[in-house]
Amino acid sequence: MSGVILEMRNITKTFPGVKALDNVNLLVQEGEIHALVGENGAGKSTLMKVLSGVYPSGSYAGEIFFRDHECRFHDITDSEKLGIVIIHQELALIPTLSIAENLFLGHERSARAVINWNETMAMSQELLKKVGLQESPSTLVDDIGVGKQQLVEIAKALAKKVKLLILDEPTASLNESDSEALLNLLLQFKAQGISSILISHKLNEIAKVADSITVLRDGATIETLDCHKDHITEERIILGMVGRDLTHRFPPRLANIGETIFEVRDWTVYHPIHSDRKVVDSVNFYVRKGEVVGIAGLMGSGRTELAMSIFGRSYGTHISGTVRKHGKVVDVSTISKAIANGIAYATEDRKTYGLVLIEDVKNNTTLANLRAVANKAIINQPKELVVANEYRENLNIRCSSVLQKTLNLSGGNQQKVVLSKWLFANPEILLLDEPTRGIDVGAKYEIYTIINRLASEGRGIVVVSSELPEILGLCDRIYVMSEGKFIAEMSAAEASQQAIMTSIMQQQQEQKEAKSV
Amino acid sequence: MSVYEDGARTTGFPWISAISKFFKEHIREQGMLIALVVITVFFQIMTNGTLLQPLNITNLILQNSYIVVMALGMLLVIVAGHIDLSVGSVAGFIGAVAAVMMVQMELSPIIAVTACLIIGAVIGAVQGFWVAYMKMPAFIVTLAGMLVFRGLTLVLLQGQSIGPFPVEFQRLSSGFIPDFGVPGDLHITTLIIGVLLAGAIVYLDVRDRNNQRKFNVAVTPLPIYIIRNVLVVGAIMGLCYLLASYNGIPNVLIALFVLIGLYTFITKRSVIGRRIYALGGNVRAARLSGVNTERLTFYTFINMGVLAALAGMIFAARLNAATPKAGTGFELDVIAAAFIGGASASGGVGTVIGAVIGAFVMGVMNNGMSIIGIGIDWQQAIKGLVLLFAVFFDVLNKKKG
Repeated sequence: MSGVILEMRNITKTFPGVKALDNVNLLVQEGEIHALVGENGAGKSTLMKVLSGVYPSGSYAGEIFFRDHECRFHDITDSEKLGIVIIHQELALIPTLSIAENLFLGHERSARAVINWNETMAMSQELLKKVGLQESPSTLVDDIGVGKQQLVEIAKALAKKVKLLILDEPTASLNESDSEALLNLLLQFKAQGISSILISHKLNEIAKVADSITVLRDGATIETLDCHKDHITEERIILGMVGRDLTHRFPPRLANIGETIFEVRDWTVYHPIHSDRKVVDSVNFYVRKGEVVGIAGLMGSGRTELAMSIFGRSYGTHISGTVRKHGKVVDVSTISKAIANGIAYATEDRKTYGLVLIEDVKNNTTLANLRAVANKAIINQPKELVVANEYRENLNIRCSSVLQKTLNLSGGNQQKVVLSKWLFANPEILLLDEPTRGIDVGAKYEIYTIINRLASEGRGIVVVSSELPEILGLCDRIYVMSEGKFIAEMSAAEASQQAIMTSIMQQQQEQKEAKSV
Repeated sequence: MSVYEDGARTTGFPWISAISKFFKEHIREQGMLIALVVITVFFQIMTNGTLLQPLNITNLILQNSYIVVMALGMLLVIVAGHIDLSVGSVAGFIGAVAAVMMVQMELSPIIAVTACLIIGAVIGAVQGFWVAYMKMPAFIVTLAGMLVFRGLTLVLLQGQSIGPFPVEFQRLSSGFIPDFGVPGDLHITTLIIGVLLAGAIVYLDVRDRNNQRKFNVAVTPLPIYIIRNVLVVGAIMGLCYLLASYNGIPNVLIALFVLIGLYTFITKRSVIGRRIYALGGNVRAARLSGVNTERLTFYTFINMGVLAALAGMIFAARLNAATPKAGTGFELDVIAAAFIGGASASGGVGTVIGAVIGAFVMGVMNNGMSIIGIGIDWQQAIKGLVLLFAVFFDVLNKKKG
């Protein structure tokens, strides 16, 4: 086991307005587990999409060599032919089909378009044995848990004669023992000569299995660590991931903080489908007038679920707890009641949950508060145009006119339309979920400025973000969330990326120990 | 930001680029209107002028009135992202109910008509309940409704036709508005109504344009604006002139004018209309903006039920009998009308005027082909192809955009 299986040289990939990857280099040795780490938005997924051919050759600059042959993939089938298989965070299984059918989907065991079921079943059994999954191949994917589904995905990769397996956050939705099993499986594959690239936020897992670690930050390669030469601690990895200049990326913030205006007590939310799973666990927090409060945490820690459940119970079941404004309990049981009580939630997914893309800027701006531009049931069109133009100007939305469809706006401008919508509803409390996801640096700065302005108007702002620098640069006070719980609270002065990451790691460690006891 | 530059680039030949831009953006709406004109001219020539004779125009309106009425409701249902396959059966069922009430039970037409509209609303509410609150696909719910109400129509009529209706009820379809002028001459009331209608449309259009200008919104280029208004006024006056030289405006056309005006207003100006478009455009975003999406869906189905009931009565009044077959296949014409008129099958897009134009595209083709003597077999096939190409045109347009 020697030599290089994969080399990606000087990969640069730009999206309109954003340089997602900037001269990234990645070198993976034959038969190793190579970890790829970085914050959200660092470019890990983009890099893997370049590698697997999701972004076809020609849409990026740079070269890819697989076992010393230069590769130009046009789509995923090209890369899979060579044995490069990627398993995405969202599993690509078809729940209504059986395990066996899923394993051979796209390259069915067949002779002249007729499926050979005996061969399919026999080969499925063999593959399932290899990944240690004790299920009948004819079981429907829907009927097995997420952990087992993950194994089916891996078996599917084996069916494609995988040489290089790429796993994107494979353990994000797995419990401790399933994660353990999965990592052991990777070690087994390594012994059989299959290389893997492991993308993960869970640094303890990486420290355990990885042979080398490449750190990405802001679309650039920062360093590659060799785990055999040096002793790599989690702190060492974090240092590579963070450690960047935070000045100039955020507008100066002059906080003028008043009394507590918003308070959430003992907030508990259960998963809408698996109703025995607590997604948010007895969370308490408060927001003061003019304050920007951050909620930091990894993906899947329950941040979005917390925000959405407060906003008219738009997520989860068996929600318990109280929401107070100015000390009085308010009813937030439906979205319209939440809005009427001065609460707004700007979603992390503006295209799916935020905007009606086929409608124009004006209609989107007034959607949440149509009554304010209407005389009873009839819309006052001149008034609506005035309002839309006002917000366009105030938030500096770049569009040809307010009658332009939001579909054609850039991400940053779309986000400003979402903000307009909620500002027009005139909320006292704004829950902003990933307010700058997927938008370029310039637009981010504008959004930060708007957030500061809103706070200075005396509103209470809650910012949920996976980007720690954003939380640190923007917020007056920070809550750290992990596995549904608030595990730490820190003021802007005492907070740092290391402090936040360390508290999350500690909590995960404690959980694990608690379980093993 | 390329979008920004686009707006500022119109130097040099401002009119020409503005007009071409306008056509690019509005080709869908204008396209179907142009198609209607072309089809009308084509059949006018093919039928040696029979198509646009006053008598035939009147017939054309009477024949299509119930399709137009239902198309208004269907448009809202489709914009909300659903479909209603049951409208034909519901229309037939209500016709039967009306006949039982007026002919067999001898209730007064006013009571019977009111009762029928209420029954229509209840039918719509029941189907809407399954779709909106029980989250069943509208396709399934209304397919079931289609079978149920076709069956109930047969039960109610026991396989026979019931008629004739009281004269007052017949007037719904076969009556004409009264005339104050000299009998036998041109129908004066009709011409007056034509002038008022044309005046109102131009007035509203001018007001809109002024408003848009005041708020710095790109307006329709002036030449197109003038041509469009001249054409609209010309079409209305021409139509009224033709009708005036026969019996005048049929009662049902007045009802259509009122309904089309009302629904145009609802879709363009009312809070509920705007919310229906938002719901169809992105149900999740609408819900997270505080729109009660379930209740809104429920309402669109109630509305559809009422309009299907009205259409059923218009049809029964026109035949002067309730028949077991009444309304069969109407749903297809109605749905086709909405789609030909530019509604999107995925919801959120469509206009009332488009659906009306769509209905008349189908109507003129039906009528024209019948006059030429094309058999019902080929008529169906040709109509099917027209629907296919109309929607293909739509898909093509979207790809370009």
